[in-house]
Amino acid sequence: MIAKLVHNLEKPSRRWNIWVGFLILIVLWGLFALVKQIQDGQIVTGMRDNAVWGIYTANFVFFMGLSYAGALISCSFQLLRIKWGKPLMRMAELLTVSSLIVGAPYILFCLGRLDRIHFLFMYGRIQSPITWDVIAIITDLIFCIVFLYFTHIRDFAKLRDYPNLNVAPWRKKLYRVLSLNYTGTKKQERYLHQAHDIMAAIIIPTAIVAYSLLSWLFGMSLRPGWHSTIFGPYFVLTALYSGLALLIVVMWIYRKVRKLEEYITNEHFNYLAYGLIFLTLFYGYFSFSEYITEWYNLTKPYSKLWDKLYSFEHYGWLSLFHVVFALALPIIIIGFPKFRTINNITFVSLFIVLALWVKRYLIVVPTLETPFIPIQDIRPEYVTYSISWVEFALTISGIAVMLLIFTIASKIAPIIPVSELEGVREKTKLDLSFKTKGA
Amino acid sequence: MKENDKNSRRNFLANGLKLGVATATGGLVAANVLGGNKSDSETPDSGANPSGEKIKVLTEDGQLIEVDKPSNDCKISPCAPAQGEEARKGIPGRSFVMVIDLARCKNARTCISACQKGHNLAPDQEWLNVSLMKDNAESEPYWFPRQCFHCDNPPCVKVCPVGATFKREDNLVLVDADRCIGCKFCMVACPYSARVFHWEKPPEATVSKEDYSPESSVPAQTGTIGKCDFCPDRSREGKLPHCAEGCPNGAIYFGDKNEDVVSNGQETLKFKELIKERVGYRYMEELGTDPNVYYLPPVERMFDYESGFKGVSEEKRKVYEKIVKDANSNTD
Repeated sequence: MIAKLVHNLEKPSRRWNIWVGFLILIVLWGLFALVKQIQDGQIVTGMRDNAVWGIYTANFVFFMGLSYAGALISCSFQLLRIKWGKPLMRMAELLTVSSLIVGAPYILFCLGRLDRIHFLFMYGRIQSPITWDVIAIITDLIFCIVFLYFTHIRDFAKLRDYPNLNVAPWRKKLYRVLSLNYTGTKKQERYLHQAHDIMAAIIIPTAIVAYSLLSWLFGMSLRPGWHSTIFGPYFVLTALYSGLALLIVVMWIYRKVRKLEEYITNEHFNYLAYGLIFLTLFYGYFSFSEYITEWYNLTKPYSKLWDKLYSFEHYGWLSLFHVVFALALPIIIIGFPKFRTINNITFVSLFIVLALWVKRYLIVVPTLETPFIPIQDIRPEYVTYSISWVEFALTISGIAVMLLIFTIASKIAPIIPVSELEGVREKTKLDLSFKTKGA
Repeated sequence: MKENDKNSRRNFLANGLKLGVATATGGLVAANVLGGNKSDSETPDSGANPSGEKIKVLTEDGQLIEVDKPSNDCKISPCAPAQGEEARKGIPGRSFVMVIDLARCKNARTCISACQKGHNLAPDQEWLNVSLMKDNAESEPYWFPRQCFHCDNPPCVKVCPVGATFKREDNLVLVDADRCIGCKFCMVACPYSARVFHWEKPPEATVSKEDYSPESSVPAQTGTIGKCDFCPDRSREGKLPHCAEGCPNGAIYFGDKNEDVVSNGQETLKFKELIKERVGYRYMEELGTDPNVYYLPPVERMFDYESGFKGVSEEKRKVYEKIVKDANSNTD
């Protein structure tokens, strides 16, 4: 059983090489776009004087959200001793770290003067929400990388001791170094376990606080659509929702590609789907609350924003997409046992992720296009935001970097933490037989 | 032998010490003569106050302060716009304020072109914006010039992560383009859309980079913010801002709250009386930003608002007509 997992680490197949090569090409395209932006100025993007934040900020909020969700999920699994979640912990942590690494640069792409990045540290003002965010993200990144490493130690030790491991010598040396002489003694066990618990306990409030700070970047400004007291909890909930959905997709991909059917079973998809539908209902409550509270007595500045968001000549179709795929469809597919299959759950999760990205876009751009003093410009790019090829390239290459991190990480250590699995199968008799169709 | 060694060692040490002291002294002298201290911009370069005399002025709240005696072409000394850290302090004893008479504005837009010329802006960059406003279906549309309001509680200053925008003691909110990292958070935070961004290389400036001052805002830099600065460099020379001077109808008054005086170039009025009599108001007072631009309501107009359509392009005209139509259709 474990042999199969370890075998996955050995010589990369041709398919793997082609996939990685393809991803690297996309990343290079993104780098080219970035160089173009630095050389020619941000005029090459779609951002102009009214919609000064566009896709980059939407991507930033989106990826940060995924990251904090991954952190919350894996740390909850750890602290609540959720045994069935053990095979998924590494995927969740990888989701956390990779989306932090991919998401944080997007806010830097928004800066007009990347050559002055160090000013954030030299002249940083503690009164600014951006400074809070910089501190929070750096802190969270460090904590999450440490947690990711800690949960790899046992596996590195196992790989180090594995007989006839068919990998290059530099990799064997890597495992030896990274396993920190872990030999499984009682004392080491205890320390490692404590370390896991401490990191998990620190990361949960860090993640919640960090994402709330990000939400207050919008919530504390005066603009209609942003100046809302619900933003803190709303963002945290949306993040959790999108992260759980993406975890399901990641789980499905690994299961398919690495043939992990015996480790990731029907039950895993079911439990995560129950969590997902619970979040859908919660998210629906928040969304509905926001909508109806505003709609009942629509103030003048809001009515312009309302028009933008919900009339079909502007962003109405995107709003509809969001409602259908983030609210209606998940309830139907997951709510009815007849529809609740592994493939359906994954399909719905993928579209939840897309719909929540659209929601981030709808939070950022329409508000900027409806300032208090109405725009009286005639230049179309100053009135409406439209994405440029530079922003598109950087978005796609961000996704490529994330996929690259997942791909490479799965070759460093088994994606299912093998050392956690021993003893799990015996201890838990998960016999909750809810009706599901297998895949 | 030992004597010789001791002597040579002593000589060596003595020579070394002399050389070290000489180098240090020479270095200090060279640094002071050649380098100078750029941040110490107390020394004015041009139009300076030669006599160095001081005069006493009384501020509005009865405080007696000392300022340099003004000369003919330099009303507020030093005349050269302040640079670097000095630019954050503000002209002492002043409290700049602007009053715009909406009854006089007819969308001539000479204020805009004067501002653009004075600050080396591209023709489509407007720090000063003139919009057509129609408050409700029944009232008449009017033209609304909007500069930066230099608020007393500025939401833009609060959110700048590097302190590139700052509030001074003379009421002005300025931007230091040498510090700005272009995050545009201030643009997002400003509810009045007062700030613009240099998305690409700004037009060639006649001023060199060393003479940059947040008080003149030229030359601009790519990837930084620009906005109305109330022209403190012109105030130092005793002149009105470009927009106030450029307006053919004298709609823009500029002055000093401490001296309780505003002027549009022709008339000089008492600020407090003007606001009291004409019931001056501030735009979107309820946002709590405490702007320093007061508007006089558009009653007893000099011109019909339609006269503002003269010379306006077809597309712009359509925009204006839509504004009027939208305001008319909101009859609830």
